[in-house]
Amino acid sequence: MDKVQDNRAWFLIIPVFLIVAFSAVLPLMTVVNYSVQEIFGPGQTFFVGTEWFESVLADDRLHDALVRQIIYSLAVLAIEIPFGILIALGMPGGRSARTSLTLVLLALPLLIPFNVVGTIWQIFGRGDIGLLGATFRAIGIDYNYTNNSAHAWMTVLVMDVWHWTSLVALLCYAGLQSIPPAFYQAAKIDGASKWAVFRYIQLPKMRGVLIIAVLLRFMDSFMIYTEPFVLTGGGPGNSTTFLSQYLTQMAVGQFDIGRAAAFSIIYFLIVLLFSFVFYTIITKTGEGEKK
Amino acid sequence: MTLTLENVAKRVGADQHLDPLSLELQPGSFNVLLGRTLAGKTTLMRLMAGLDAPTSGRVLENGKDVTGASVRHRDVAMVYQQFINYPAMTVYENIASPLRRQGKDKAEIDAKVRRTAAMLRIDPFLQRLPAELSGGQQQRCAIARALVKGAGLLLLDEPLVNLDYKLREELRAELRDIFADGKTTVVYATTEPQEALILGGNVTVLHEGRMLQTGPTGAVFHAPASLECAAVFSDPPMNVVDAILTNDRVALTDGTSLPLSAHDRNLPAGPCRVGIRANNLTVLRRSERLVPIKGRVELSEISGSETFVHLRHGDSTLIAREEGVHSHPFGSEIQVYADPDRIFVFSTAGQLVAAPNWRRGALRNIA
Repeated sequence: MDKVQDNRAWFLIIPVFLIVAFSAVLPLMTVVNYSVQEIFGPGQTFFVGTEWFESVLADDRLHDALVRQIIYSLAVLAIEIPFGILIALGMPGGRSARTSLTLVLLALPLLIPFNVVGTIWQIFGRGDIGLLGATFRAIGIDYNYTNNSAHAWMTVLVMDVWHWTSLVALLCYAGLQSIPPAFYQAAKIDGASKWAVFRYIQLPKMRGVLIIAVLLRFMDSFMIYTEPFVLTGGGPGNSTTFLSQYLTQMAVGQFDIGRAAAFSIIYFLIVLLFSFVFYTIITKTGEGEKK
Repeated sequence: MTLTLENVAKRVGADQHLDPLSLELQPGSFNVLLGRTLAGKTTLMRLMAGLDAPTSGRVLENGKDVTGASVRHRDVAMVYQQFINYPAMTVYENIASPLRRQGKDKAEIDAKVRRTAAMLRIDPFLQRLPAELSGGQQQRCAIARALVKGAGLLLLDEPLVNLDYKLREELRAELRDIFADGKTTVVYATTEPQEALILGGNVTVLHEGRMLQTGPTGAVFHAPASLECAAVFSDPPMNVVDAILTNDRVALTDGTSLPLSAHDRNLPAGPCRVGIRANNLTVLRRSERLVPIKGRVELSEISGSETFVHLRHGDSTLIAREEGVHSHPFGSEIQVYADPDRIFVFSTAGQLVAAPNWRRGALRNIA
């Protein structure tokens, strides 16, 4: 076929061009623009070069927040992934009322908005009117997330586990359901133990969904904001000030636009780096099995 | 091992999956379970393996009652329709896995794995993962894993059904030799009469949960005890026509009459049903003694290098075989020829009365 030349074709890409420009490119470039300027007010801006980046990278509070963030995300994975797998293994299979009931119960936490989850646990944990807080108090544990850093930190973690373990469990359940029954029969005839069935059949067959679960949970917990915000606003002290928290304080609280913009770009690069690492791991491992 | 089934039956809820049947499999024998889908082949195999316990009856291994015994305590290996291998283990590790569980030493495992892999021609792929192999190679790996276990009973549940035609032919031809070692009792389930004929050994014909007939494959093929059994063990299905038997001829209801031959002479006169396999109803008149039957073409079905012509004849549809690839226009008149020496005579109730004479050696030619 002859190549048709028609410059009106450019009109066809205008919608996509505009959407991408206004939703992604322009906001990002605005942030880049902010990150290299000192802004006193409208029209009063001064170019400062890489000054903001240098100050952000040298910021001890940011280092603390980053370390806190990484520990938190790893803790989320270390709890939610094994816990989710265990729940999935224990779930009833087949089409029965029990299966439907379990699925609905598991899906419930996923339907609750972040700030509602925060509010639920904030009230639940209060010593005076919350069931959890009152119970702790009754058995002699001085549980108080408003003045004890460890308690606040644990509360945010438990909140996330309560909210999101279901997601991991549902993903794993889907992975398990896709294993043909003949595999279990074959294992039975081979005389394989329960552990061997898990290790050599269920785990490899769940690999795909597990990688997705790890990726989703890591990214999501790395950007956690609402729960600590609702619970203690990042406190007590800075104990639950994670990266998003710190960024918001900087941008909206102190109105330090330039610094916050530089921080945003660094934050973005960190997320990008982790995504890249995960992507590489996903494509490298199990190459032979996924074909 | 000798596997004996005594009146075993399987019922699930209100459904009778398997009517009571008794069967004895000799050590080292090759046994084909032939039946269409839902005939009860898999149900029977699961009972043999010990994956399920029969609702009634007993299962004996070498005379020892193992009816309730768990599959872990049975001496069984199994190959499935799906290609079942451990996905995260290499082919080598897959084949070695049953030996490792038996606690064999390293050198022995290595020798056995390599020998079995070579036998199934997957020795170049030992370090690959199952998903990196073709379907045929994956199934070879699964068969190797079952073989290497050295179990007394090896069950194969339609192992070739998920392979394409070419691979199926290839592997089927090899299977016979692989299983000819003599120690293992092999049970092989299939839906295809052709496959049963090629594999030989003994055949047990199942239909809707009932055992129709059992015996040496050739004997069952050449003398199916009933119309039902003949229907399962013929592909395309056997042509069946109502007829009246007199003292020197058999008259089909449409008026065609065939002379009696050695096998159906001296039968009591009266109504009967006549069965003719498609390969004895030919478009080509090979000899003067063949009797012409007229009909109208309904379909020309091309299968490999031959054509099956479906023709309307009176109230019934007959299927005739034609060498080579041909196409006949729909509705055209056609004349086909029946061989009076090769007809089966069944009673009106469908029981075999007379079967054509056959020689043992004739089996391979038909297949």
